[in-house]
Amino acid sequence: MDFNDTPEEAKFRAEAQAFLSQHLKAKTPGALRSGGREDFLARAKVWQKIKAEGGFAQITWPKEMGGRGGTVMQQVIWGQEEAKFDAPTGPFAIGLGMCVPTVIAFGSDEHKKKYVHKALKGEEVWCQLFSEPAAGSDVAGLKTKAVKDGDDWVINGQKVWTSGAHYSDYGILLVRTEPNVPKHKGLTMFIVDMKQQGVDVRPIHQASGGSEFNEVYFTDVRIPDADRLGEPGMGWKVALVTLMNERLAVGGSPGPDWKEIMDYARSSGTMTDQAFREKLADWYVAAQGYKLTKFRTQTALSRGETPGPENAIGKIINANHLQDICNSAIEMQDHFGLIVDKDEAPSDAIFQESFLWAPGLRIAGGTDEILKNIIAERVLGLPQDVRVDKDKTFAEMN
Amino acid sequence: MNFDFSDDQKFLRDEARKFLEAQCTSAHVRAVLDDDSKSHNEGVWKQIIEMGWLGAAIPEEYGGLGLGMLELCVIAEELGRVLAPVPFGSSAYFFAEALKLVGSEEQKLALLPKVADGSIVGCIAVSEGPGEIKAGNIATQLKGGSIAGKKIPVTDGDIATHAVVLVKDGSGASLVIVDLTQDGVSRKPIKTLEPTRSHAAISFDGAAAELLGEAGNGMALLDQINDRAAVLIAFEQLGGASRCLEMANAYAKERVAFGRAIGGNQAIKHKLADMYVKNEIARSNAYYGAWALSSNAAELPEAAAAARVAASEAFWFASKENIQIHGGMGFTWEVDCHLFYRRAKLLSVQVGSPAVWKEKLVSALEAKND
Repeated sequence: MDFNDTPEEAKFRAEAQAFLSQHLKAKTPGALRSGGREDFLARAKVWQKIKAEGGFAQITWPKEMGGRGGTVMQQVIWGQEEAKFDAPTGPFAIGLGMCVPTVIAFGSDEHKKKYVHKALKGEEVWCQLFSEPAAGSDVAGLKTKAVKDGDDWVINGQKVWTSGAHYSDYGILLVRTEPNVPKHKGLTMFIVDMKQQGVDVRPIHQASGGSEFNEVYFTDVRIPDADRLGEPGMGWKVALVTLMNERLAVGGSPGPDWKEIMDYARSSGTMTDQAFREKLADWYVAAQGYKLTKFRTQTALSRGETPGPENAIGKIINANHLQDICNSAIEMQDHFGLIVDKDEAPSDAIFQESFLWAPGLRIAGGTDEILKNIIAERVLGLPQDVRVDKDKTFAEMN
Repeated sequence: MNFDFSDDQKFLRDEARKFLEAQCTSAHVRAVLDDDSKSHNEGVWKQIIEMGWLGAAIPEEYGGLGLGMLELCVIAEELGRVLAPVPFGSSAYFFAEALKLVGSEEQKLALLPKVADGSIVGCIAVSEGPGEIKAGNIATQLKGGSIAGKKIPVTDGDIATHAVVLVKDGSGASLVIVDLTQDGVSRKPIKTLEPTRSHAAISFDGAAAELLGEAGNGMALLDQINDRAAVLIAFEQLGGASRCLEMANAYAKERVAFGRAIGGNQAIKHKLADMYVKNEIARSNAYYGAWALSSNAAELPEAAAAARVAASEAFWFASKENIQIHGGMGFTWEVDCHLFYRRAKLLSVQVGSPAVWKEKLVSALEAKND
């Protein structure tokens, strides 16, 4: 039992470190989130191009697709090292992690030629258009419809919670093409040009106050049949491939953790509170437990095994603890804890800011409840939930 | 990254599991549970001795197998799974580890081979009354090579032949080794929440005692011994918690109510998912403790504390919710759920309650981040 790289892993890590320190600055301690969205996108595009040219973009993709042809373990190592630097990666996570792999899996040779390399070099950004106002956890119940008209399909409907839609060039779009079959069987996947007429992207004003996500309205949008991914009615199977391609979570906590609240407690003289000390121990044990669980995953990867559902564990723990930690920090500050003004609030208001973010983290990318269902059904083998719409057509249920 | 047990260690685990599932069944545990005159299961104990497990982490020069701490962790998890009704932990995790850590060469040569071959059984005697043991509240006293006082409860205290005893020594505290078979030691079995592991009140009245480690440094030495034992006990807890999840999961799939298996209901599914998450967090923290223990890492105090806090929480949660998922059946004497509930409590207070360890953990984090 040890935490060392194998010689091959160590060699790759050294290469990655050398490349990163040549091009990026190390992360400033305490900086939890990069600000300035517009500038962030421009910087991300530059960094993506440098990575692609250096052979470090999409490490597990085959070489003919512009990847490195590397192992999943190398991808993990790269992620660990890149996270130590001030690397702007966000805008490409969904496109390169989920959308473009779907194009590679189901697209034509023309699609691959047209889209893959440009996406890899950061020249074009992709978004994923699945969720709808009435189809979140049960995304297969979506209503946006596509009707065949000559060689085109005509799209009408609304998507929601689309990250990056406002700066995306293309998207993969899941729509209903056949309402008279059960919901999973009437879906089809398309590539959609986000800049065309009839696509209306509107920012969502989130409960946290910011606007990082969008609603996307489709009004008589025409998509050529050639831009279909998979057969009509096969959309759900295509979507499952997209979701399976979700990148291995390599990042750290999404906000302040036990260390930040301990630092605050020590600086403010509240470390003596026994109830707080017990909670701090629990947070440490959970954070450490998750970190170590990832080490177990990496061990499995390093041995060529397939890892289990630890990402689900991580998300359940991290989002809840973030919410709890922020709540405690605010209560420790008493009435003063209300202040969100960074000039007045302790710790640059990171606890207040994350307090408002945390509810979203418990919902985005699989709610706590859906993740528990996944653990119960796929790991523990428990029966599926009752599905009253299972044998009914979509049209009958709507 | 190699944060897992080796193939050899996994082979040992598989062999241990096969043996214990056949030779240490619920019936073997219940033979002790249902008979007040039995302190342990002699048949199971004899076979464990024969396999040499007590000496797994004892070096060969002291009569052990000289395998290592990771192997002892593997064995501990398996013993925890079957609720082994034997004094293994007292002898191997506490007594032998205390000797290895601070014993003199003479003490090690004299006692470790006998622990390994089962001819003596060791235990540790610390508690005297309710609450956390502190230097200032020890009444048992060392004077001129003998001790007087009373320790209660002492896990396996009625079958052990030797004990490490925490005593008041002048103005400080010391650890001593006491032969429990001598005159001057009287023992009385004590009924506890966990009848499958025996407990005693031990009275010392001028019993001969031999210093273990430096005089006056007893509390610090005890901390070090407890750090080691905490990791090993965390593996027993992990084994027990894993069994609770398996039992509850199997029952949820087979028990039908309102026309379907109860495991199809989210209230049950999510409870089982919560158990799974807690168990995985406990497993990862226990592995880190095992790593720290086996490599004598400076991180051992916080690793042991995190392993203990996580494992205590996981076993507590899994054992109580296992009963809940079993419904009325779970509250019967005949179904094994209560055996795990009882064992979970023993293991979570035996080496200091979770609150004590949370405090140790936070103190260690503070010291580290100064």
